[in-house]
Amino acid sequence: MSDPIPAGSLAETPLAALHASLGAKMVPFAGYSMPVQYPLGVLKEHQHTRAAAGLFDVSHMGQASLSGPGAPEFLETLCPGDIAGLEIGRMRYTVLMNGEGGIRDDLMVLRMADNAFHLVVNAACKAEDFAHIAAHLPAGLNFTPRPELALVALQGPKAAETLASLAPGVDRIAFMQSAHASIDGIDTLITRSGYTGEDGYELSCANSDIEKLTERLLAFDAVEPIGLGARDSLRLEAGLCLYGHDIDTTTSPIEAGLIWIIPKSRRTANAGYPGSARIAREIAEGPARRRVGIQPEGRAIAREGAAILSSEGERIGTVTSGGFGPSVEGPVAMGYVATAHAKAGSPVLLEVRGKHHPAEIVRMPFHPHSYYRGQ
Amino acid sequence: MANERYTEDHEWVRISGDIATCGISDYAQEQLGDVVYVELPEIGRIVSAKDEIAVVESVKAASDIYAPVSGEVVAINDAVEEDPETVNRDALGKGWLFKIKLTDAGEADELMDEASYEDFVQGLDE
Repeated sequence: MSDPIPAGSLAETPLAALHASLGAKMVPFAGYSMPVQYPLGVLKEHQHTRAAAGLFDVSHMGQASLSGPGAPEFLETLCPGDIAGLEIGRMRYTVLMNGEGGIRDDLMVLRMADNAFHLVVNAACKAEDFAHIAAHLPAGLNFTPRPELALVALQGPKAAETLASLAPGVDRIAFMQSAHASIDGIDTLITRSGYTGEDGYELSCANSDIEKLTERLLAFDAVEPIGLGARDSLRLEAGLCLYGHDIDTTTSPIEAGLIWIIPKSRRTANAGYPGSARIAREIAEGPARRRVGIQPEGRAIAREGAAILSSEGERIGTVTSGGFGPSVEGPVAMGYVATAHAKAGSPVLLEVRGKHHPAEIVRMPFHPHSYYRGQ
Repeated sequence: MANERYTEDHEWVRISGDIATCGISDYAQEQLGDVVYVELPEIGRIVSAKDEIAVVESVKAASDIYAPVSGEVVAINDAVEEDPETVNRDALGKGWLFKIKLTDAGEADELMDEASYEDFVQGLDE
């Protein structure tokens, strides 16, 4: 999702000036000028996030509010998740489906009240997502994109104690729970969530306040600013999907190994969301391909697009994300392979610059998650 | 030390007799960031200038390295394969990548000297 875009047409987040003052190297990403790394560099930014706490600008992502009678039922006509059963104050990961059972986008849905939700979608998809939701909106519901809101993530083992010193009690909410706090007078919506596999939070506040909030967090010794480069290596080690790469309009949630986001009651062909027939069929018959983790044996890095071959040399799939995992201290990859080869322990070959490198299908994550599940 | 010659692709060569030691410039290692993998050519390979000969990878991306001169690969630096960050720490010294036995002793003269390369790099950053 980083197609080159003429520099003049790039949007900026409200933290653009701060990124410049921190010495960030900026790159085009999803139509925005975003920091790919700071002077610390991708490797050390990754390691710092796993060892202490990293601060990420994710203000390019799309936030929106949905409210009105029947809002949960409406979301369930677009998503395969259990939205009606979500408790107030809790967040859930789900996807927007297309009619072919593919994934339009993945998103976070936070229940603010019985009939009120806060949504966070991918930057590259937000215009289409919002148009899609608005086009299907029943009368009596309100859907409002929230471009006046910014978003940062604070991730890592020191995130909880750091944030709790500013927002007392926030260390006691569990993974995928939310809280409201006033931090130095800034009204902040906090969720215990993220995209690194670490414990941590995402903080939403007004664009006009985000620089002050971010500087307050960066003032802690434990906190360093982290760019998109390390964000990608962190989420890859955590086995998390990057939309447009590991999941897209052609991949189903079943192929992608996301069956856990679909409750048992919604796994039928007439479950009331687009593409449910494919979901039911793939559950019954097994999908033709599956998303898997791949552990190369050697040091060679198989990146996105690399061919995956069986040990007999037959083409069985393609790498969708691959790189060097700084915490794994070696290369890691994920991709899709024909189901017959998807079992953990299956040997495969990865084609890198014409050479075949031995690798093995493995369970993900590559680096263990450390989410806080509560007492 | 300042007898290196540079290519527009940011490789350097240092000539001693008919042997050219080659690596990537300090500017190149800085642009790449932390080097995590290096793939070097096989000894004995015959290359022409500008052939893809090696790969240097950072966390972010893979970069092709081109032969700065023509000849035969006669040595590779195993130490950088073992510890790729050597390229970041000492690009022009211990981070050398391979040695080429020159076919044409005068070929390197056509490459940029250090002052010209510095001007070239400055032009890129503007």
